[in-house]
Amino acid sequence: MKNLKLLIIGLAISAISSMALADGHWSKIRIGTEGAYEPWNFTDASGNLVGAELDLARDLCKRMNAECEFVQQDWDGIIPALVNGKYDVIMAGMSVTEERKKTISFSKAYMTEPARFFTLNSSPLSTFTSAKNLNLDDDSSATSGTISALNNAMKGMNIGVTVATIHEDFANKYLDSNLKVYPTQDEMNLDLAAGRIDAMLCDVGTAEAFMETSGGSNVVTFGPNVFGGLLGEGVGAGIRQGDADLKAMFDKAIADAAADGTISKISMQWFGKDLAP
Amino acid sequence: MFEVFSFGSSGWGDEMLMGALMTVLVSASSLLLGILIGIIFAACKLSNIFILKIVANTYTTIIRGIPELLVIYLLFFGGSSAVMYIAKIFGYDGYIELNAFTIGTIAVGAISGAYSTEVIRGAVNSVHKGQFEAGKTLGLNGYGLYGRVIFPQVARIALPGIGNVWQITLKDTALISVTGLVEIMRQSRIAAGSTHEPFIFYTAAIILYLVITRLSNILFDKAENTYSKGFVSKGAL
Amino acid sequence: MRFELMYESFFKIIEGIPLTLQVVSISTVLGLALAIIVALMRISGKKSMSIPAYYFVYLIRGTPLLLQLYFVYYGLGQFSFIRESILWPILKEPYWCGIITLTISTGAYSSEIIRGGILSVSKNFIEASGALGLNKIKTFLLITLPITVRQALPAYGNELILMVKASSLISIITLMEITGIARTIISKTYAPVEIFLVAGSIYLIINFIIVLAVGLAERKLGTVRAN
Repeated sequence: MKNLKLLIIGLAISAISSMALADGHWSKIRIGTEGAYEPWNFTDASGNLVGAELDLARDLCKRMNAECEFVQQDWDGIIPALVNGKYDVIMAGMSVTEERKKTISFSKAYMTEPARFFTLNSSPLSTFTSAKNLNLDDDSSATSGTISALNNAMKGMNIGVTVATIHEDFANKYLDSNLKVYPTQDEMNLDLAAGRIDAMLCDVGTAEAFMETSGGSNVVTFGPNVFGGLLGEGVGAGIRQGDADLKAMFDKAIADAAADGTISKISMQWFGKDLAP
Repeated sequence: MFEVFSFGSSGWGDEMLMGALMTVLVSASSLLLGILIGIIFAACKLSNIFILKIVANTYTTIIRGIPELLVIYLLFFGGSSAVMYIAKIFGYDGYIELNAFTIGTIAVGAISGAYSTEVIRGAVNSVHKGQFEAGKTLGLNGYGLYGRVIFPQVARIALPGIGNVWQITLKDTALISVTGLVEIMRQSRIAAGSTHEPFIFYTAAIILYLVITRLSNILFDKAENTYSKGFVSKGAL
Repeated sequence: MRFELMYESFFKIIEGIPLTLQVVSISTVLGLALAIIVALMRISGKKSMSIPAYYFVYLIRGTPLLLQLYFVYYGLGQFSFIRESILWPILKEPYWCGIITLTISTGAYSSEIIRGGILSVSKNFIEASGALGLNKIKTFLLITLPITVRQALPAYGNELILMVKASSLISIITLMEITGIARTIISKTYAPVEIFLVAGSIYLIINFIIVLAVGLAERKLGTVRAN
């Protein structure tokens, strides 16, 4: 019985001590990220979160005189957990879109990158040719021509996208393929390599990181660079709609980091190319 | 092939072991929370108060009727809102964050508690009525009766059942990887994705779970032997 | 609470019920066959049979289903010799990976239920059956099995509920059953609590129906005196 009392007290103490009470003065900012989206944000063999967005976040926090804390969160719950207050900012390769703006607000974009299709070099899709770019903001017949060529080439095939992404939105709107929706990019990569899907649609950078590994050596890209329209305005930091002060702080810090070349530097380091907006 | 398990910054060996430690920790704290819940709800079920019975039965029916994954998601996303709502009643108006370990413990503890409730209720029921009567004849009541006479017997009878609940709890903690807690399941998923070697990391995870299962079986067997000293069989009571 | 959203999602989520029930029922039937084989191996008295069966059950009961699912789906798919084998057309499909994993899982758990049921059949029945001139196989099929089924029914009803619950995990390997559809809706509406409450209620109803059905079957089959 004594043990039981101790146990109850112990549980009560541990529950109370784990409640971190956040204040509204942004001296400490909790940043939610996925940790499975190389090279944006991923987990290294030491179990640490690393990637372009982690480096950028640390730089931005320094500019804002704030202490940064990173919180790992699965992608499919990343917006609800922000709204719930589990962290204050999302930096997880998330594109700024009209659809998401209905629920959360965004800082200005800190990097931009198109999406593209990827397949195995043994697939007939690997020889698909099209225009170099597909800008969904462009209403010309060339745009609809490229889309219908893509759709015809992949009709009835298994196409992979990750859940709740701009890529899933694109596939839902423009493709008549058999969609396979994955929880993480890593798992979609495994299934592309295993041949369970005929192609995947994702950001170029993350697919290129996969192609550099032994598992992705058979992966090739095809089709145009896809951007604009429902693919959004580039990757930005997601912020709760009520936190306009925090959004202003991020906007300024991002503008400064873009102006002095920090974003370009981080981008070159992780992507091997400049994704600064 | 095995260099992926090396220790230090280049391999995943130390991370996998840390994941195993986290699994044990969160399983143990969930089991304890579950036993606490189990004692409370078993008391409710055994009480003569109708409303308490209804509450306890609703709890066990819901937990046992909906998938564990959904229970965990509901507590993960709804838990903080619920805590914040309660805090608001007491005048605190801000974000309260429960860390992944606490949320995981609460979620798996709530599931584990439903099973513990049944185990403890069964154990109390199996204590011979004569024990209550004998205790009362000796002038014991309250703590004297329940703490000194009934509880030790319930604990002994419930032990094998709690051993089963531990098994279930241990496996259910794999599901709280969705809350971001880095235990065996999440660690092997991260490593499998990062190295593109799912087979070897999921095999390693299977071995870690089996080792934990084996060690805990030994512990529970020992505990059962210790506590059943002096008892011949249930029939002798 | 967004009740209108919950109402709308209900009709989308119930579209996942057929897939849930399909996967559960196929795995249950296949799993039952596996369970009978494993149970017979365990009580065969031959070490070459009972030891592998024992370790199979230990392996499956000692590891989380989620891990088994990842192992079958991603772990096996990693190897080119499996991708080039005749098994690949089956292992390639998430649908069959889900069914295989659930079958193995329920096979292991149910084998314990069936073993308990078989062992509870009194020797007197077996002896009586021998006296009537029935051979071993006929005794098993006509005497032991029916009594076992009746004895094991309550525990097996429990196992069916566990199967329905377990099937929610296959949403993780891209299958759009109840939980899969719920997650898709959440990814668009960002209302996890509301949507998971709806999905949870649907599971609760399915399981309630199973409890009623098993209770009915128990009464239909009557009681058997074990001794």
